[in-house]
Amino acid sequence: MNLAQILFYIMAFVTLGSALVVAISKNLVRSIFMFFVTLFGLAGLYVLAVADFVAVTQIVIYVGGILVLILFAFMLSGKQTLDAVAQQQNKFISLGNLYAFILAALFLVVMVNVVFKADVNALPWVKTAKETGNVIPVNQSGINNIGINLMTRYLLPFEAISILLMIALVGAAHLSRKEGNA
Amino acid sequence: MITLQDFMLVSAALFCIGLFIIVAKRNAIQILIGIELMLNAAILNLVAFGRYDRINNGGQMFALFAIVLAAATTAVALAIILNVYRRYKTIDADKINQLKD
Repeated sequence: MNLAQILFYIMAFVTLGSALVVAISKNLVRSIFMFFVTLFGLAGLYVLAVADFVAVTQIVIYVGGILVLILFAFMLSGKQTLDAVAQQQNKFISLGNLYAFILAALFLVVMVNVVFKADVNALPWVKTAKETGNVIPVNQSGINNIGINLMTRYLLPFEAISILLMIALVGAAHLSRKEGNA
Repeated sequence: MITLQDFMLVSAALFCIGLFIIVAKRNAIQILIGIELMLNAAILNLVAFGRYDRINNGGQMFALFAIVLAAATTAVALAIILNVYRRYKTIDADKINQLKD
């Protein structure tokens, strides 16, 4: 049991625990802020998977962008939301939630079974990667490689994403415009 | 040594929590949070497998693309939620049952 493993378990616990609080909590504001903790825990997991650039991007985009957007939308539609929360004060597993719980639990059983059956540690291409040294080492990150790949091998998806981002920007601005001055 | 299996188990649990939130909650913002959790579970898998692709960086690259796509999705979805709120004065997904009034 080395340090990385302990950190992994701590991060996994933080992530799953805060995600459960998001699922269970009655208070919407609290669940949004626990979602914040989940995203930080996931960034920690990315670091443990030797993907530090993805982790930093996760923090910048999710925590800096998406979470502020969600809070903003929540504040703008606040009153009705709080009323809806107030009448939902029954216990955690009500009849409506029971079906959702059963569905999620069955999904979990199936997926855990699949993970154990698939035996991902012995996949052929993973083994080949381990033998040929195609594994990202712990002591150096591949940020240079990511930059080079982004501009050569993945240039087409990169440009497609940029166009799609602009479309989304225009679309969001169009949707949230006032009705009268069309 | 953290194996791939550990990452996949965490990701499966996260996915199921997201599924539970989507099915159980009635508030549109909470449903959106559930969708984000499921997307993050998928991204975690991409990143975990991406470690074994040092030369092409396939996993990390598509994790980045997925994060950016999630950001675009959220922006549009929140604009739609605000529009729905303006029209119906509620964002309860059970009560929104008309395309036009």
